[in-house]
Amino acid sequence: MPESSLENKENINSSSRFAMSPSRHDTLNVPKSLSKNSYNILSAFCTEENVSQCISYINQEVSSLGFPSVCGESSGSRGLSTVAVLNTMYELLQLHRRGLRTVEDLETDQLKSNSDLEYAQLGNSRLKDQLEFSRRENSGLHERERQLQLKTKSLQNYLKNEKEEVQKLQNIIASRATQYNHDMKRKEREYTKLKERLNQLLIDKKDKKLAIEILNCVGRSDGKRSLWKTGKTEARHEGEMYKTLLNDYENRQKDLMMENAELKKVLQQMKKEMVSILSQRKHNLKGEKFEDSIEQVGSDNDEEVYDSSRETLELSCEHAREQLTNSIRQQWRRLKNHMEKLDNQASLAQMGGRVNKDLISREAHEEEMEKLALEIQECKDFIQTQQQLLQQQLSSPCDDETAALLNDCYMLEEKERLKEEWRLFDEQRKNFEKERKNFTEAAIRLGHERKAFEEDRATWLKHQFLNMTPFAERKKPHTSKSQSASSVCTEPEGKSMSTPARMGKSLTPATFATPKAAPVKMPSTADLYRTLCLIPDHSSSKTLPKIESCQDSNVMHSNEFSVKSSNSNGADDSSIFSYAEENSQT
Amino acid sequence: MNFSEVFKHSNQLCRVSPDGKYLATCVQYRLVVRDVNTLQILHLYTCLDQISQMEWSSDSLFILCAMYKRGLVQVWSLEQPDWHCKIDEGSAGLVCSRWSPDGRHILNTTEFHLRVTVWSLCTKSVSYIKYPKACQKGVDFSRDGRYMALAERRDCKDYVSVFVCDDWQLLRHFETETQDLAGVEWSPNGCVLAAWDTCLEYKLLLYSLDGRLLSTYSAYEWSLGIKSIAWSPSSQFLAVGSYDEKVRILNHITWKKITEFEHPASISNSKAVVYKEVEKRPVLGNEDLPIQQQLTMGNALFSTQSKYEICQLPVQVPVVKPDPDRANPKIGVSSMAFSPDSRYLATKNDNMPNSVWVWDMQRLRLLAVLEQVAAVRSFQWDPRRPRLALCTGNGKVYLWSPAGCVSVQVPVEGSFQVLSVSWHCSGDSLILLGKSSCVCAT
Repeated sequence: MPESSLENKENINSSSRFAMSPSRHDTLNVPKSLSKNSYNILSAFCTEENVSQCISYINQEVSSLGFPSVCGESSGSRGLSTVAVLNTMYELLQLHRRGLRTVEDLETDQLKSNSDLEYAQLGNSRLKDQLEFSRRENSGLHERERQLQLKTKSLQNYLKNEKEEVQKLQNIIASRATQYNHDMKRKEREYTKLKERLNQLLIDKKDKKLAIEILNCVGRSDGKRSLWKTGKTEARHEGEMYKTLLNDYENRQKDLMMENAELKKVLQQMKKEMVSILSQRKHNLKGEKFEDSIEQVGSDNDEEVYDSSRETLELSCEHAREQLTNSIRQQWRRLKNHMEKLDNQASLAQMGGRVNKDLISREAHEEEMEKLALEIQECKDFIQTQQQLLQQQLSSPCDDETAALLNDCYMLEEKERLKEEWRLFDEQRKNFEKERKNFTEAAIRLGHERKAFEEDRATWLKHQFLNMTPFAERKKPHTSKSQSASSVCTEPEGKSMSTPARMGKSLTPATFATPKAAPVKMPSTADLYRTLCLIPDHSSSKTLPKIESCQDSNVMHSNEFSVKSSNSNGADDSSIFSYAEENSQT
Repeated sequence: MNFSEVFKHSNQLCRVSPDGKYLATCVQYRLVVRDVNTLQILHLYTCLDQISQMEWSSDSLFILCAMYKRGLVQVWSLEQPDWHCKIDEGSAGLVCSRWSPDGRHILNTTEFHLRVTVWSLCTKSVSYIKYPKACQKGVDFSRDGRYMALAERRDCKDYVSVFVCDDWQLLRHFETETQDLAGVEWSPNGCVLAAWDTCLEYKLLLYSLDGRLLSTYSAYEWSLGIKSIAWSPSSQFLAVGSYDEKVRILNHITWKKITEFEHPASISNSKAVVYKEVEKRPVLGNEDLPIQQQLTMGNALFSTQSKYEICQLPVQVPVVKPDPDRANPKIGVSSMAFSPDSRYLATKNDNMPNSVWVWDMQRLRLLAVLEQVAAVRSFQWDPRRPRLALCTGNGKVYLWSPAGCVSVQVPVEGSFQVLSVSWHCSGDSLILLGKSSCVCAT
């Protein structure tokens, strides 16, 4: 890139040179050709020989570019005024620098536009792909739709056929049903005819068998005598029947009355509560501001209704009922409105709290949202381009070094950390060593002390034995005292072991013990045999099974007691099996 | 629970007297009356043939023994053992014999339902009622014993006759709007008569005592309809079980449906408790056991132990698929019973033969489901307490109460299969009927 910019500069320069001073063309060419001929040193624009020419040329050029002339008019036509030259030079330099800057800007602009273009192209291609894809999809969907239409058409046909079939079947069923009914009726008629005839036959036959043999007649269960059947009895029956019916209805009415009364009570209470709630609210509102006139009127009406309803509630005539229900309905409506208002307020308060309590209309909010969304989109685009650029830069080979550098950095850090840890570790080790040293010293000291103690004891014991038994020297074994003491400890243990499972365990230390321990062990093995003999006796006495009387009745309680009871039942139930297990173990 | 010794009986005839003092059992042609408490034989009567039906009179003074094959009825008195009565229906035959509520009349239904003969023990008089209908429940007496409703069929139309039981006078006679009346049942307060149509049509008619049609109820059409109905003892509810495996509860004021209880195959209602009976067979051939132990266990080997477990919901209830080609398909709610305090309703759905459902009538929801190992044979509520006894044709009797569930083994030598249960009227004891023997449990 910098090369191209240089080229551009040259081009610009040259073009400007050519454009601005076509008259100086030859003069320019002359030194160039000269310089070409006279190699490096001579290639310079200004030489000793052509100073004046140069000056005049520069002067002309400068003046043509609108700078003050370089030559000092006062000092002479040839002389150069350094101040002017420097000024001009400075200005030229400034110009040059400015030019370079603009060029740079232009370059970046170009770069940006290039990338934009690329991005646009990319997007374009993607969109094209999408378009293609959606077109394909579209055609696929069209195809499917067509197929589905075909299918629906066939299904419709099928449905039509089925409907016809159903209709046919229904007709058949209906005809069958009628036929069946007809047949049934016919059969039934025949049946009744036959029955009739049978009956007749039975009557004609004067069945002698048909009889009741009774020792003596029994009295009626109520003790009364039976009455003759007269019209009176019929009337009496009717009366009784209606009486029972009436009773039933009366009972039912009573129940209903009670229920009604209770419901009324509930209604009244509800009303009271509603009234109290509403009146409270009204007071609150009045405290803040005056209500709407309509509401006021409504509330006045309500007061009347409350009073009137309270009176008429007991009467329960139709008017009162209507009024009551109406008033309740009204109040309910108002309560509902109030609740809704409260709800709205609550939601508004929530929203307001979020935007510092000044209420923003929804439109403004949405606009803001849209704006923000747009901004976010732009930012995202920007980030994407940046990422692209970054990747381009990273893909260039220079990043190897940076990676190495980064790695080095990490390594250094890690090293330092490790060093720190190492130091800590060392410290700890030193501490430990110190401690160990202390311990060993203490141990040595202890050993010394112990030895001294042991010697003391030995001498003391010797004295003791010498004092007590006449031939103590022979009986006393030469083994160390500590070991004998340990064997003494193990002996009672071995004796106490009774279960055969542990017997093996207790035997093994006996073999390891001193030879003196063997005779001591002998009785313990005898014990073992004895116990072995004993155990079956024990078990046989134990196995006498207890028979439970009611093993099957398992009680289950529902709800919270269920788990507990099921557990206990399980134990109870498996009692037999647990016995069995015990036996097999023994 | 204490169990008495085993008594023999035949034809499942073993009844406790209505006053709760006596227990009558029939063994072939003999009738044995015992004291309920001591189980001592008080009387022994000999009939002329094998007894096919036996019934106590309402005042517990007489026992009716019917011998359908010979068309004979014999009546025995408890107060006067010498007293006897024999009723011969003659060539008309006999298919059903029952007491009237006053205990002084006997209603005999002759063969082919030709007529109903009413015999009076007071006056030796006989009266006939013609055209009785042969159906699921053709005769019903009101609870107070004053009225009798009789389903009739004449001229291919259904009628209901209401008789006054005092003197058998016809009180009301009205036609019902049914295709083929299946049954009639009085409400416990005796003021409403429910009549339902044949299973081909879901139709329930409610008549007042004076013959007015109070209401008609039909839940659906074009499908098999009502299978069973049950009044709550308070007369407040009428439960209607149907072939669609649902129970609909009607109220007594508007006669409209309050709720319907479904019997779903999978119970996911979190408030219901599902008790599942789990059988445990002792393991055989355990050689490690001493012989003595095996001998003691021998008794338990024959009778498997069982207990209830509470299942975690949801539970799948075993369902038997009914054979569609057979008449009277085994589907739908066939038996329902309200507890004496009207708080609970027990139901059994025929295609879930192993389960009994208990519903709470206060909250109108499912309360418990008892899932048995075998098919439930019968269940009955304790007449005093909310306690349900049921049996499944094995050697156990099962009890449910709101507090929980119990299974009790009947400790009887040999095999004893409980085929039906019936409570003593005091609710203190339970009669368990086996195939040919029965046991009294207290």
